[in-house]
Amino acid sequence: MFARPLRVSLSDVKRVELKETANDIRESIIEMLVAAGSGHTAGPLGMADVFTVLFFHTLRYDASNPKWDGRDRLVLSNGHICPVLYTAMAYAGYFPKEELKTLRKFGSRLQGHPHREFLPALETSSGPLGEGLSQAVGMAIADRMDGKDGQRRIYCCMSDGELEEGETWEAAMLAGRNKLHNLVAVIDRNNIQIDGFTEDVMPLEPLADKWRAWNWHVLQIDGHDLDQIAAAFDEAKSIYEKPTMILAHTIPGKGVAEFERDYHWHGKPPDPEQARMALAELRTLGGKIASEHQ
Amino acid sequence: MLNPDLRLNDRLFDDDVAHTAIREGFGEGLVRAGEQFPQVVVLCADLTESAQALAFQKKFPQRFVELGVAEQNMAAVASGMAAMGKIPFITSYAMFSPGRNWEQIRTTIAYNNQPVKIAGSHAGVSVGPDGGTHQAIEDMAIMRVVPRIQVISPCDAIEARKATVASVTTGTPVYLRLARNKTPVLTTEDTPFAIGRAQTVWTSRAPRVGIIATGALLHNALLAARELERRQIDVEVMNLSTVKPLDEEAVVALARKTGRIVSVEEHQIHAGMGSAVAECLARRYPVFMHFIGVDDRFGQSGTPEQLVDYYGMGRDAIVGAVRDILEREYPGRALRGIA
Repeated sequence: MFARPLRVSLSDVKRVELKETANDIRESIIEMLVAAGSGHTAGPLGMADVFTVLFFHTLRYDASNPKWDGRDRLVLSNGHICPVLYTAMAYAGYFPKEELKTLRKFGSRLQGHPHREFLPALETSSGPLGEGLSQAVGMAIADRMDGKDGQRRIYCCMSDGELEEGETWEAAMLAGRNKLHNLVAVIDRNNIQIDGFTEDVMPLEPLADKWRAWNWHVLQIDGHDLDQIAAAFDEAKSIYEKPTMILAHTIPGKGVAEFERDYHWHGKPPDPEQARMALAELRTLGGKIASEHQ
Repeated sequence: MLNPDLRLNDRLFDDDVAHTAIREGFGEGLVRAGEQFPQVVVLCADLTESAQALAFQKKFPQRFVELGVAEQNMAAVASGMAAMGKIPFITSYAMFSPGRNWEQIRTTIAYNNQPVKIAGSHAGVSVGPDGGTHQAIEDMAIMRVVPRIQVISPCDAIEARKATVASVTTGTPVYLRLARNKTPVLTTEDTPFAIGRAQTVWTSRAPRVGIIATGALLHNALLAARELERRQIDVEVMNLSTVKPLDEEAVVALARKTGRIVSVEEHQIHAGMGSAVAECLARRYPVFMHFIGVDDRFGQSGTPEQLVDYYGMGRDAIVGAVRDILEREYPGRALRGIA
């Protein structure tokens, strides 16, 4: 399945740290969704590991100075998985973790889909699918014009279902044609969308070949293997002639057995009882340890 | 008479008045904007020459991006470039941008509050032989309804050039409505221009109807005013090149002065400039209105002149509208003897 063996790039200490952070982020996602009473569950849980690596290994940023010019840019194209973005940002120090429970509430900075006017640390407002890659491409082109492509990188997170939007492929062509080596995109390849499994609704395979055909450097990874995730982002930095696409194979709802691989969890939150069960599972690492909350 | 303060083209009523396409004025404005502002970049979707980005491309090749036939991508790429400090102009035909890429403009440009300038050429039925698919007559409606977007519909090439340069520094998204066909040059270098400011172009001693025009049809409105003067009907003509934000004070003052308004635009009557005027007057100073524009129909092939006449936007149609509206009586006012 994978394009190449990827080197182990994390120290043992770092790996344990990231694993704990990813688990904490999953707990916070469950808590914020149950408090909100609406929102998306499967995608945020599935991308918790990728966002953990992004925020605590890969991205350069200064949470105390969100507008620092030298920061890497992260464009979330599939805005509906914002619970994982908000949570990672809170853990990174952009705002207090308590604020996570205001998700989707009136007056909250954490809008149901990301809105940068409410939360200026966001790079873009998003939600309507298929538009994030274009914006990331625009950022990468602007940095190339200004000779800043060696100073900072543009990251774009996308879903697999949104690839059905034609604009995605307009952006893919442009990025390949312009050899945007400062652009790294990651697709949450979890195989589900609202109406079912992607290969039933509208088959995307052979997906890696499609991106290669548009002159992208394509990596395929296990989106829950922290070493592979980190190594993929590291490798992208060494590619000078092409944009890089990371197909992160993930399990939707990862971390809570009842939610995993079930597309019905795409767009609904857990109820309080389901949340209690999910949190118990996460806090005991699937029954491996005793929870301090019990 | 023409308003002398505006220093308009003193030959604008001559048969051989100079003609230049509004889109050409935009092309010159792009180069000037590029010279004045290093942040200005231009994006094009396979219509570089026709959408008048060619001169900019030649002068600033490093600040020009060709996207191929992909207007949706163009809007969102421009948003990303604006996020990095650029001031992008996206150029195409109005039917495709903002026609095809409306949601990308709403979400990635307006909702994201990025100062992208959207230049839509080939607006109006005066596109001519290409036919109805290429004649954008809904573009002002779909742009003015989006928060933050300023809508400018210049009356000639010189005003288009000034509007293009002025749009750079608004800090907002701007829609520039441009026409394909060569039309009379009405203004001069010395004619003042400011976004958001309406201008009284033609005045009379005791105007009984106010004509508010936008775009190249301002010329027909002036021809109508002169004809009406011959028939001893005094009117006042306003150039409303900025449709949003609306110069409400000027519009209300004209309604107060004349009591009757005729709007003139090469656009669907629904939700166009006349509607913007009506929204304002219904709230602040209701008067009778007559709307000159395309009445809920699509365009078709023909010469620009044939089409403007066919859809009821020629000089005589404007004269007729003024005469019609003068015959209407305000029931309440008539009863009170104040009509």
